[in-house]
This record gives sequence, structure tokens and C-alpha cells, in this order.
Amino acid sequence: MGLDVRAFLALTSAGFRRWSTYRQATAAAVFTNSVFGFLKTYVLLAVALGAGGAAVGYDGPMLVSFVWLGQGLIGVVMLWGWTDLADRVRTGDVVADLLRPVNPLWTYLAADLGRAGYATLTRFLIPVAVGLVYFDFFLPTRPASYALFTVSVALAVLVSFTFRYLVNLTAFWLLDVRGVMLLAQLMMGALSGLYLPIRFLPDWCENVLWYLTPFPSMLQAPLDIYVEYGGIGTQLAIVSGQLAWVVVGFTACGWLQRRAAWKLVIQGG
Amino acid sequence: MAIIEAEELRKEFVVWRKVGRLRRQRQVVSAVDGVSLRVEQGETLGYLGPNGAGKSTTLKMFTGVLAPSSGRLRVCGLEPVSRRVQLTRQIGVVFGQRSQLWWDLPLRDSFALLRHVFRIPQAEHAARLAQCRELLGLDEFLDTPVRQLSLGQRMRGELTAALLHGPRVLFLDEPTIGLDVVSKQAVRAFLTQLRDQGEVTVVLTTHDLADIERLCRRLVIIDHGRVVHDGSLEALHARYGSRRRVVVDLDAPWEQVPGLSGAVVEAVEAEGHRVTFSLAEGVTAGHVITQLAGYAALRDISIVEPDIEEVIARLYAASDDARSVASG
Repeated sequence: MGLDVRAFLALTSAGFRRWSTYRQATAAAVFTNSVFGFLKTYVLLAVALGAGGAAVGYDGPMLVSFVWLGQGLIGVVMLWGWTDLADRVRTGDVVADLLRPVNPLWTYLAADLGRAGYATLTRFLIPVAVGLVYFDFFLPTRPASYALFTVSVALAVLVSFTFRYLVNLTAFWLLDVRGVMLLAQLMMGALSGLYLPIRFLPDWCENVLWYLTPFPSMLQAPLDIYVEYGGIGTQLAIVSGQLAWVVVGFTACGWLQRRAAWKLVIQGG
Repeated sequence: MAIIEAEELRKEFVVWRKVGRLRRQRQVVSAVDGVSLRVEQGETLGYLGPNGAGKSTTLKMFTGVLAPSSGRLRVCGLEPVSRRVQLTRQIGVVFGQRSQLWWDLPLRDSFALLRHVFRIPQAEHAARLAQCRELLGLDEFLDTPVRQLSLGQRMRGELTAALLHGPRVLFLDEPTIGLDVVSKQAVRAFLTQLRDQGEVTVVLTTHDLADIERLCRRLVIIDHGRVVHDGSLEALHARYGSRRRVVVDLDAPWEQVPGLSGAVVEAVEAEGHRVTFSLAEGVTAGHVITQLAGYAALRDISIVEPDIEEVIARLYAASDDARSVASG
């Protein structure tokens, strides 16, 4: 059921090309994310000003970077709207996935990494450039922060992928995943640090989110690493936490996919 | 050598029926009810049946995506469900209403991806693709994204995709459904060539009886999950008394021919100027026409082959009657 490296890369490349065919959608998303970037920046800068220049450890430039990198990462980690697998379950096309000698989890992952690559070049870089041009942007002081940020973004994509894949797998039981998807998107938006840094929340709530849910690992984690929230120890702890959620995510996907395949094969579609 | 062996294959589904406001009753429905089949390497088998007869369920069991409730099944020597991954390399599957191609990418890219997914050696892949390109006329739309292909073009793409890894068995579930005449002909011509090469075993389900007439020497008819006929088309006609017919147009109204042998009058139309004769088994049309020409002036003659749709409709009706007698 394994996928060799060349097949994986070919599928990743196909994922990249597939998403690059939707240029107008990309342009619309970049525009929308940039407009909301301005709104969020002014709101958070006002919050920092009201708090005497820094809010919960984030000063103005840190908040600017937090907002614009976050706006850029929405598309890369894909916080919203991925129903490819659920759609194939609903239409029955998923049978074709079972008739290939590879585990669908890896083929969908390869395609998703290609999608994330395309989003990095378009939906990430353009809003970040806008933020750099219009605002006082925080630049990390430690070179290691750039490397850790890159690793953290890659892990965020994996955590987000496993969560989205799990939500999609529910289609084997529910057929229509719109309700679950809506709930998932709400959680991914509100609890990942997209609307506001989750460190703004009460300590107990922040701890619950960091330790018991994968959501901060999808967005807050790379953003905190970039703005150097805490020392190198904190950064490494954040990456380790993400790594743990990647392991949990793939284990859960493998388990639920086996259950889903069993249901399909034994009980029929 | 048998490439598909099925013995007493059954598939039962549990359905819950509403019997009150809150109560539901568990009911077991047999979709496939004791199918036994043996398909030899290189055969082309037509698998036919009315809607809901169990055709697609059987095909899903053959391909390993559905587990039988009971019975024994081997495809390419493998037990399909437990060895599904190994089996995928030996079978090709086309479900007429499903797609195995990458929707947003050009057709060419889907073929390239399948080479990686199935780990097909480059030379083999290129040779098979070249053959399909020529026989199915793929070149004009190879660079078109799959989502922009017409149904006929997509089906030609699906057939190619199913064959690129060199399968021993090709399962086709209604491959000509919804296709225009030209696309149907292209698909049938391709499958005829595949059949004549004799390397790939083809199992074909269809409602289009012309597919069966053109492609399949062996016909398995299933109804209510059971095999009601397994044999050639000719055997089916013989079993259900299908007769060839001779239709003659006469100058003068029809009068009974004394001593006419080998045929009986089936219908007299057009005020006696058109008569349809049904031929007895083994009697040639020439024998009957010679007799008729001796008695009456013939204006026109046509010979009508037995109608497969008619005989299959009779078969389904007979199967329904048998069931109602058994249950009554």
C-alpha cells in the first residue's frame, strides 16, 4: 500500500498544477485575505495601543506580522473548504481510489502538499508582501527562527490535512458532511489563532487549546515562532507539540480510514 | 485456466423498514443469491440483467470492493477482498458512471500519474498508451482537462486508464451508457479488437443489447440475484423458441398455400398484401421463399433475425412468474 517517492512527487506536482488552473479564484482569495489583513491590523494595533503599546506580550510590529503571515497562511494550511474526499464518497467515485494499489491517505496527502506549495507561492507571498509594504513588520532576530518557522508551517499543513481528512472520512457514515464541515471550519477559524492570538484568551482556555486540541498547531504555532514569542526553548516546544499532533492525526486517519473501508466493503456503499 | 471462479456467491444487505412512528424492522435483502460462474482466460462475458438484478453488486465483489456474505470467490487466483491491493494490479475497472481520472488535469496527466501509481515500466506504459491513442483516437483531446471532455471522450479515456497497467481482467460496468452513436461504435470496435487479441478477459455489464450482440460470445443473465441463463446468444434463442422470420409483400392478397412446410404464418397485414412467416428450427429462408414463389407473385422479401430484446424480456417475465409461483 506504500507509495514510492517518485509516485508521491508526481502526485504532489499534479496537486500543484491542479490548483494552479484556478487563477481567478486565487486572485479573489488573495484580494479578500489582504482586505481583511488591513481590517485586522488596525483592530489589533488599536488593542495594543489601548494596552499601552503591547498586548499580552505582542507589540505593534509583532501583531502586524502575526496578522499578515496569518492571512497568508489561511490558504497554505487551508483552514476552510476542502471536501474532495467527502465528495468522492457521496458520488461513489471513491471506489476508484480503492481500486489502486496505494493507500488513499498518501495520495490525498501528496496532492495536498502540492496544493500547499502553490498556495505558498501565491496566497502566502502576496499578502505578506502587502503587509511588508504598508506596515512596520517584525523581522526575527535569531536566524534559527526562519528555519523553525518553515518547519512549523510544514507541520501546520500536516496537522490541518489530517484534521480535514478526518472530517471528510465522516462522509462514509453521514454522506452529507456539510454540517460537520461547518462546525470544523468554525473551530479551525476561532481556535487556531486566526481571529485573534489565542494568548489573548484566559490562561485555562489557552492551555486547553494548546494541549488538548490540534487547532493552535495549525496557525498560532508558526506565527508565534516567527514573532519569537518566548525563547528558543518555547519555539522548540511548539514544534514538538505540532509533531505530536501530526502523529496523533495520521494515527487517527489510518484507524478511521480502515473503519470506513470496512464499512464500505462489508456493508456496501 | 479459469480466471474467475465463483461458487454459490451471495451478498445480503440489511435494510431497516419503518413499521410505525418510531419502530423500524430489520430486513435482510439478497442482492446476489447463489451465483456460480467460471470464466476462462481470454473470454468475453456479457453480464446482463434488469435494474436491481445484482449485476453491479457482483462486479463489486469480483473487484474486491465488496465482501460476499457467503460463497467462494477467486479472481486471478486471489481472494478479492483480503488481497485487494495485489488484485488491483491484475484487473482494470471501468464504472460507466464513475471516474478514475484527475478531473482538473489534462487527460495526458492522468495517464502519467497512473504510470507512477501502478509502477508501470516506462516502455510498457508508452506502448500501451500508443496503442490506445491510435485505436480510440485520443490525440485530439489528450491535452484537454478531463472536466471539459464530452462523455464519449471521457469514456475512451477511462478505458485507456483501465488498461495501462496491463490487467488480465477488464471489468466494464455499463461502459456505453449515455454515449452517442459514434462514441459507442468507437468503444465497441476497441473492445472487439481487445476480445480478438484474446489476452484480456472482459466482463461486461450493460443494458445495451447491441453491446452484447457485437462483443460477447457468452451471456450470463441474472435476475433477482440468480443466474437464469449462462450460455451463448444462440442457446438463449433456442431455449426460448426464438425464430427467424420471413416477411413477404405480395401482389395479390394472401391465400393459404397448401402444404407449406417449415414455416407458419405469424401475421397478415396490409389487407393481406404483407405476410410474416416464422421459420421452424433448422429451416432456411430460401426453402420457404422457394415454396412461396411457386404459389404467388412476390413483390418484396425481408428476413428478420430473432430480436434479442424480445427474448430477454420473455426471460425476465418467465423468471418473475417462476418466483411468484414459488412464493405463492
